[in-house]
Amino acid sequence: MKPTADQRKAMYSQIVRSREFDDRVLELYFADKMPVFDLAKGVIPGEIHSSHGQEPCAAGTMPHLSLEDTITSNHRPHHHAICRGLDLNKLAAELMGKKTGYCAGKGGHMHIYSVEHKFSCSGIIAEGMGPAAGVALANKMRGQAGIAVSYMGEAAANQGAFHEVMNMAGIYKLPYICIIEDNNWGVSVSKKASTAIERNSERAASYGVYGEYVEDNDCDLIFEAMARCVERARSGQGASILEIQTYRLKGHMHGDQMAYVPQEEVAAMKDCVVEYRNKLITEEVLTEEKADEIVSQQKSEVDAAIQFGLDSPYPDPDDAFQNIYAGVSP
Amino acid sequence: MSSERTLTVARAGREAVMWEMQNDSSVFMLGEDVFAFGGVFGTADGLGEMFGPDRILDTPISETGFIGLATGAAMAGMRPIVELAFVDFIGVCYNAIVNLAAKHYYLSNGQVKVPMVLMLGSGGGYSNGAQHSQSLLASLAHMPGSVVVTPSNAYDAKGLMHSAIRSDDFVIYSGQKKVAGVGMLGTPIKTSMSVVPDEPYTIPFGVANVIREGTDLTMVGVSWTVHQCIEAAERLQSEHNISVEIIDPRTVVPLDRDAIFDSVKKTGKLLVADEDYQSFGFTGEVITSVVERDPSVLTCAPARVANPDLNIPYSRPMELRVLPTADRIVEESKKMLGL
Ligand SMILES: Cc1ncc(C[n+]2csc(CCOP(=O)(O)OP(=O)(O)O)c2C)c(N)n1
Ligand SMILES: [Mg+2]
Repeated sequence: MKPTADQRKAMYSQIVRSREFDDRVLELYFADKMPVFDLAKGVIPGEIHSSHGQEPCAAGTMPHLSLEDTITSNHRPHHHAICRGLDLNKLAAELMGKKTGYCAGKGGHMHIYSVEHKFSCSGIIAEGMGPAAGVALANKMRGQAGIAVSYMGEAAANQGAFHEVMNMAGIYKLPYICIIEDNNWGVSVSKKASTAIERNSERAASYGVYGEYVEDNDCDLIFEAMARCVERARSGQGASILEIQTYRLKGHMHGDQMAYVPQEEVAAMKDCVVEYRNKLITEEVLTEEKADEIVSQQKSEVDAAIQFGLDSPYPDPDDAFQNIYAGVSP
Repeated sequence: MSSERTLTVARAGREAVMWEMQNDSSVFMLGEDVFAFGGVFGTADGLGEMFGPDRILDTPISETGFIGLATGAAMAGMRPIVELAFVDFIGVCYNAIVNLAAKHYYLSNGQVKVPMVLMLGSGGGYSNGAQHSQSLLASLAHMPGSVVVTPSNAYDAKGLMHSAIRSDDFVIYSGQKKVAGVGMLGTPIKTSMSVVPDEPYTIPFGVANVIREGTDLTMVGVSWTVHQCIEAAERLQSEHNISVEIIDPRTVVPLDRDAIFDSVKKTGKLLVADEDYQSFGFTGEVITSVVERDPSVLTCAPARVANPDLNIPYSRPMELRVLPTADRIVEESKKMLGL
């Protein structure tokens, strides 16, 4: 299934939206952490893992998912959240720890929850897999529509949870898709140094599930591959592993100088936003003017969201004592 | 003759690792991001280049696997140092820690030794969210079979690291991220830096350090909270003329209960500060160790300042509310002293 022209334009808008958001976050992040760099300081504190370069992994897969489907994300969640359609204002506010954020400041960058979007994240590697597969199991048990998808990095496939969950996804034939964004690095360790085989999608054979590798960080190719995985999940044929070759353009987290990445590799990294724009213009899906229009539209929405975050109040310190247990009083 | 050097905790600990690796070929390091990156918190900075990939091993993100491997290597006579960047990750490898490394010596009736060091970074206070900010000290100290080391300053960090590597026991070396003095967390805490001798030296496990002598109130802190106690003590001294004695146990397992008791016997008042979740933890243990020996040494109820049993919120005002800060310690002290 190939994407239509409208779908392609929409995917372009999504990668631009995510990129604009990450660009503004990056700018704000470094604006107020000096003179001595301190993670604790500034309007956006803590570690930030940006999605620069990996946007197509979300933009190309999300069009196949409806609000009946469930998504779990990882420590690098901005592109997933944005392409899933989460509200930019609440997202920006959560990153700033504001009361108006998705979790009223309790979660932060690595812990964004939106029940309405069936969206959650975990900062512990590969631990989004179990919960996603669990939702798939629940849906299957109740005969409900809705599949589940977890997003993670290639290095996460070496975590015990990966093996355990994929095996169960195979046994129970779960409507579940494990999407692996292969940016070739887990912090400072290359895929070659951490993984005994070349492609994690080949591991599908060990679990009796479907596996596919997408060799280019291209929205169209990802869209087509995801269509096959989703079709299997929806029609009762079980789980898939979809691995996508992508690029981590800004290092592991903001502040990472990437000194350990070989020069040639940095030079060969492709910027998907530029590439996809050129492709759509060459194929006459977009004109330069139309593409610029999309960029300025997304930019202004992102700017408004960032402003919303900045203008929002902080929670009260004692709000920390709210929602400790669902029923029990501590 | 080299001149006097003031080092950060991370630098001092690393110096001990370096010396032991140069002098004992059975010592090696493994963990995530140790080779090229030098460890997420700088604990292995430059060691990759110095010792090469055969002795500084990068691992996949497979914690239960590599802690199991290290346990085996230790059983085979090596002295592995395992780097687990964040203590929060013990969630995925707790079995290897608790049921393997900490049990073999006892279960084998002393036949099998596990001379291994597990380094980890604990603590929050910089908005890193609930899965990257925990202390989890009690989760480490509660289990029998492991030594738990918690240096608060550079001098202790080096001496305790030498002791940890040379020990025939399984040692958990719990570093606090803000105490470590690593680049990304701003200016190092002044009182965590110390003059560190060039030559190697050891510090025995289970011997507390009296950080500051005093007569009115005893404070017991651990790692980062030692520095919060120091700040609180200075304020109580200058604002209320209160004399505080501060005890840093340096290792929580074994715990120097005598030193704590002796101090409380002198001051009559005890406050314990800990970054971990309060219930079932360090604060309760310290207070009990005094009370069960002789409750009459206390002239008022003891106090504790810890995390009020909450998962750690990301947002700064809420996170500050749950941290055992100097402000909270001063406030509790004043209540005890009727100020
Ligand atoms: C269980 C666990 N171990 C280690 C970490 C620290 N950590 C955070 S991200 C990361 C690398 C992840 O690499 P990958 O899965 O490829 O995702 P990427 O960052 O490349 O998107 C590591 C080691 C963690 N969060 N959880
Ligand atoms: Mg990766």
